[in-house]
Amino acid sequence: MILGGTYALLGIGLTLIFGIMRVVNFTHGELYAFGAYMMFMWVMRLHVNFFVALPLAVGLGVALGALIEIVLLRRLQGADIDTTMLVMIGAWIAMQNAEQLAWSGVAQSIKMPFPSQPLVLGPVSIGWERLFVFVVALALIGLTYYLIDRTRLGKAMRATFQDRETSMLMGIDVKRINTATFALGSGLAAAAGALLGPVFVVQPDMGDLASLKAFAIVILGGLGNITGATIGGFILAFMEEAGAGYISSGFRDGMGFLLIIVILIFKPTGLFARKERIG
Amino acid sequence: MRHLSTVAWLLFLVSVPLWLRSPYFLHVLIITGIFTIAAMSLNLLLGYTGQLSLGHVAFFGIGAYTSALMSLGFDVSVTESWKLVVAPKPVAISLAVAIVVSAFFGWLIGRLSFKVRGAYFVIVSVSFAEVVRLVALNWVALTQGPMALNNIPPVTLWLPVLGVYRFLAKTSNYYLMLAVAVISYVVIARLVRSRAGRAMIALRENEALATSVGVDVTRYLVLATVVSAAIAGTAGALYAHYVRIVDPDIFLFIYTVTMVIMVVTGGKGTLAGPIVGGLIFGIVPEVLRVVAGPEVQWIIYGALMILIVYFLPKGIVPALGNAWQGWRDARRASIDALASAPAARDGGA
Repeated sequence: MILGGTYALLGIGLTLIFGIMRVVNFTHGELYAFGAYMMFMWVMRLHVNFFVALPLAVGLGVALGALIEIVLLRRLQGADIDTTMLVMIGAWIAMQNAEQLAWSGVAQSIKMPFPSQPLVLGPVSIGWERLFVFVVALALIGLTYYLIDRTRLGKAMRATFQDRETSMLMGIDVKRINTATFALGSGLAAAAGALLGPVFVVQPDMGDLASLKAFAIVILGGLGNITGATIGGFILAFMEEAGAGYISSGFRDGMGFLLIIVILIFKPTGLFARKERIG
Repeated sequence: MRHLSTVAWLLFLVSVPLWLRSPYFLHVLIITGIFTIAAMSLNLLLGYTGQLSLGHVAFFGIGAYTSALMSLGFDVSVTESWKLVVAPKPVAISLAVAIVVSAFFGWLIGRLSFKVRGAYFVIVSVSFAEVVRLVALNWVALTQGPMALNNIPPVTLWLPVLGVYRFLAKTSNYYLMLAVAVISYVVIARLVRSRAGRAMIALRENEALATSVGVDVTRYLVLATVVSAAIAGTAGALYAHYVRIVDPDIFLFIYTVTMVIMVVTGGKGTLAGPIVGGLIFGIVPEVLRVVAGPEVQWIIYGALMILIVYFLPKGIVPALGNAWQGWRDARRASIDALASAPAARDGGA
């Protein structure tokens, strides 16, 4: 369940990018892996303090996201969705193998500065690091909501989401909104990676499952729906635990896909529907 | 003229084992051919119906596993007391079962996933492949999981003249692959040029319009998926009986990506496209292997994919076709100009 927060971060990032830019972001998982690797690099190689490294990793994720948007996606404005998807798949393959080249395929672990004794609250015992991850994830979700609901940038983003052409007519610089959106979404993915990387291990193919899980979450909540993605993240985390507990731990990662397939059969618009899908 | 070049190409392909002396390159060609068949089947969906299926490797793997399991024999405990035991079957029968089972999954997935389109369909197809992979990995009793299925017998068929023949040698496998490729090509070509094929293209171009003139969109999409899955399954079965070992890695997403790159590079929606793309991306990695490690190779793959989308969005075959057309038009124009020039001068004088 603790994972729910980070899953929600992943989902929100992806859903924002899809909703506003109409891009299915296959590099999302790589940004997640990038966040985790940045933590590894700062904490384990350069011996930076863990709590300093965290914002650094997220910041670099934002920068990388902005770079990808400017270099790859800007020139594809108005291209159909399959074209951008192919470009993103190409970027994904290149990024993943660049990670493997840079940090080798061996799984790495990151030390966390928390006591090994779990926190015991009545009948519940919880690891400090998991609690920390959960709290930071919730804070980031809150921050994202604030950014989107309360700031000028957020307002412009919502406007672009609702109607691209009209917002352009209203003087919103849609290009900048695109870059900001992609950077924000990427930052959230990198944050999820930076938080979960130390809890588990860091390896180059960690991004694949993260991407696929993010897709599952987003489908669950409806593409482009932030609240849906948040709730979807928690649902997926819960289902994985239940699946691992009651079926087989080998199928833990399969729960998400089963969920996607079931949802699309019975309720193709997602749980928190706005009518949009064709079918 | 058309037929002549087709025959010339076929003769060339048939002659390859006669002059290619390196068994390694013959092996590369066989694997390339098998993946090209899979790419051709993907092209039916991606190129002609316009649906980007990123789970295509699932059909390939299902074909491979089904045929391998049928030829090796297996038992599954359905309930505590009742056990389904399948004795090893001849490979010809396994191949047939593999085709049917892949086609069945094609039908199932088609029925289920064509409720949605675009991005949703893509994600559903990815999920499907991933679920199948996890099943292959975790259902150890049936698939041996990561221990893989070993000692898969080679294809054995009754052939006219030769009698019962075991496809063990590389050369014979090459011809087997070529035969399957030609049959798949003909099936796809006939389908695409039929009424059903026109319906598929219509719905690719404008689904709402196609529906409004009475094209049963879902039916044709499912039909395309079934045919496509059956061909991909055949390719997978060939693969299983050629390399003679199958493990869950056969379902890796990267193989789907390879197929997509083959189709997109060659030219989606053209019959020759997947073949051109397949040859390029089957052989290029082998050439690159000499100069670059696998990671660098994949980085180049990724970069190439992006560059192709930017610069040759329609793929190599249509681009060449356009260039050829342009050259012919230019030539005709210059001939016309030459022919009309004296007349113009006479008129002027």
